[in-house]
Amino acid sequence: MKKNELIRLSGVVKKFDDEIVLKSLDLSVADGEFVTLLGPSGCGKTTTLRLIGGFEKPDEGDIFFGSQRINDVPPNKRNINTVFQKYALFPHLNVEQNIAFGLNIRKVDRKETKRRVAEMLELVNLRGFEKRSVTSLSGGQQQRVAIARAVIQQPKVLLLDEPLGALDLKLRKEMQVELKKLHETLDMTFIYVTHDQEEALTMSDTVVVMNQGEILQQGTPIDIYNEPANAFVADFIGQSNIIPGIMRQDRVIEFLGTVYDCVDTGFARNEPVDIVIRPEDLLLIDRDDRSVQPADRLLKGRVQTCLFKGVHYEMLIETEGFTFMANSTVACEVGSEKYLDIDPDNIHIMKKSSIETVTELEHRRELDPSEPEEEEEAER
Amino acid sequence: MRGSKAFSYPYILWLLLFTVVPLFIVIYFAFTNDAGEFTFDNFSYMSLYAVVFWRSFRLAIISTVICLILGYPLAYIMSRLKKKHQTIAMILIMLPMWMNFLLRTYAWLTILENNGLLNNFLSWLHLPEIAIINTPAAVGLGMVYNYLPFMILPIYTSLTKTDQSLIEAAKDMGCSERQVFTKVIFPLSIPGVLSGIIMVFVPAVSTFVISKILGGGANMLVGDLIEMQFLGGAYNANMGAAISLVMMVIIMIFIWLTGKIDKNGDGEGSVLL
Ligand SMILES: Nc1ncnc2c1ncn2[C@@H]1O[C@H](COP(=O)(O)OP(=O)(O)OP(=O)(O)O)[C@@H](O)[C@H]1O
Ligand SMILES: [Mg+2]
Repeated sequence: MKKNELIRLSGVVKKFDDEIVLKSLDLSVADGEFVTLLGPSGCGKTTTLRLIGGFEKPDEGDIFFGSQRINDVPPNKRNINTVFQKYALFPHLNVEQNIAFGLNIRKVDRKETKRRVAEMLELVNLRGFEKRSVTSLSGGQQQRVAIARAVIQQPKVLLLDEPLGALDLKLRKEMQVELKKLHETLDMTFIYVTHDQEEALTMSDTVVVMNQGEILQQGTPIDIYNEPANAFVADFIGQSNIIPGIMRQDRVIEFLGTVYDCVDTGFARNEPVDIVIRPEDLLLIDRDDRSVQPADRLLKGRVQTCLFKGVHYEMLIETEGFTFMANSTVACEVGSEKYLDIDPDNIHIMKKSSIETVTELEHRRELDPSEPEEEEEAER
Repeated sequence: MRGSKAFSYPYILWLLLFTVVPLFIVIYFAFTNDAGEFTFDNFSYMSLYAVVFWRSFRLAIISTVICLILGYPLAYIMSRLKKKHQTIAMILIMLPMWMNFLLRTYAWLTILENNGLLNNFLSWLHLPEIAIINTPAAVGLGMVYNYLPFMILPIYTSLTKTDQSLIEAAKDMGCSERQVFTKVIFPLSIPGVLSGIIMVFVPAVSTFVISKILGGGANMLVGDLIEMQFLGGAYNANMGAAISLVMMVIIMIFIWLTGKIDKNGDGEGSVLL
């Protein structure tokens, strides 16, 4: 349990018609935290949010708000507001009326309402749009009205379901900064849903990586990025080189027939593991360059492609048995022979057992999509 | 551009032949006497029929209001049923409409008659019989029965079109079930209500069969009046045309007014409540 825990899901199971969408979810959110649920489409992010918002009821397990169990509390009685995936603005009301909606329901007096609406419009940068019909607004503007409409309620928790999904890259970046600022000024708890890993990593205090109704890893963005719990997380968080290997002994790893130094300990001798190496952590050196270990003990590869990506070059390096992706600010000549130098700190080693479950699942699903979930559960 | 224009010619011809030309014929008749001379007499004598106009509008308004009171809850309940049950309910509502209009109305005659089904039933229960046939109430009943589906369908359509996420958003904003209805569901169904009102009021105000069958001679409506000028004893086609023209203008004003409410409602629906 975290300190100042505000929301807790404990053993939450959700089924739609017999299909299990969330498999025993445990999640704890601290007061004032910015938590992001990250995962591929259909993994259950929206469902999780809807459970917290009160629009769905868990089939099993409990949801707590502070110390109160809120399974059966209707949405209008929860101190939680939602920014919906598709905005859900009221088309019969203008911008001002949409934002004031919640205050009018609570019978806040006219002057106070007017003042707070003006404040909100300022906050989301929509001054002068008061009387505009919401249907005449652009996606980004509608988005900001939706945020203002929720934030004006001053909830303890704000749920945001892919609020920036419909915006173009530039606007999305701007809104990311705005939302982050909003979170800092408002002293609210944000539970944010996205399937954009970069967004998750840049904005959150805590990232929760989900797949197929399960939480795979939960941690700070740096933890998740540097120490992915398994191959799925590593793959989802960023383009990564994921290679099977064998832990020869503490701090010594062998993969693709080559032995490297690493910093990990605590594995069994000769335990099969998976290894993550970020593209930016691969140093491409020539035979006689200075390196961590002698060049003839490093993996040798040939540069296949070299693409300019703005800030860096993205290269594919073919070695015997695996094609690595490498990023560097220095371009290498296509066809040239390079040695892969890797700092021991940058070789991330992950337990095989959990990895196999995920990759196996993925693999099996591809082969036989009709297979029922229960069997997988049983096998585990 | 030119090609697409050519496609519209048949429709323009159709419009000219069957709408514009007849309209001008009506206007011509309305402003002439039987000798073909220009006159306003048809309009100045119309005040004789003020009582018929009044009766027509009163009955049409009452029936429309009753249709609305019955139709809205029905449409609302229907829209909340399961999809499968919605279809069944829809068929049940449409079913009587597949029967001939006259037949349906005559069926009511046999029910409401002094020694009809209703009174037989009442006397079987040892209750006093009621004399409802040939009263405005019987005509109103006939109107409500015949036009109720025209109220239900547009309201039902606008209710089912309402996005579920708006209802959730309203709850999220703190609305109770009742407030969800008054603040979101109802305002968004106003266009349906308005077209329902038009679709009931317009035929109700100009009907002539229902009043004839269920109202006897004593409850003549504008529709009967017009019919009488063309086919009945009072034969006066010029007067008939003038009355038709007045009715048309009134109905047009009515539709224009409801259209205006709709526009105002757009964006300020909450003001209506
Ligand atoms: N009302 C429902 N009835 C039946 N199945 C549902 C319902 N809502 C969601 N599902 C199923 O639950 C699973 C998870 O859906 P959810 O909407 O939570 O995914 P998501 O992670 O939000 O995806 P996305 O990124 O595409 O929005 C999906 O397989 C979906 O088909
Ligand atoms: Mg979703």
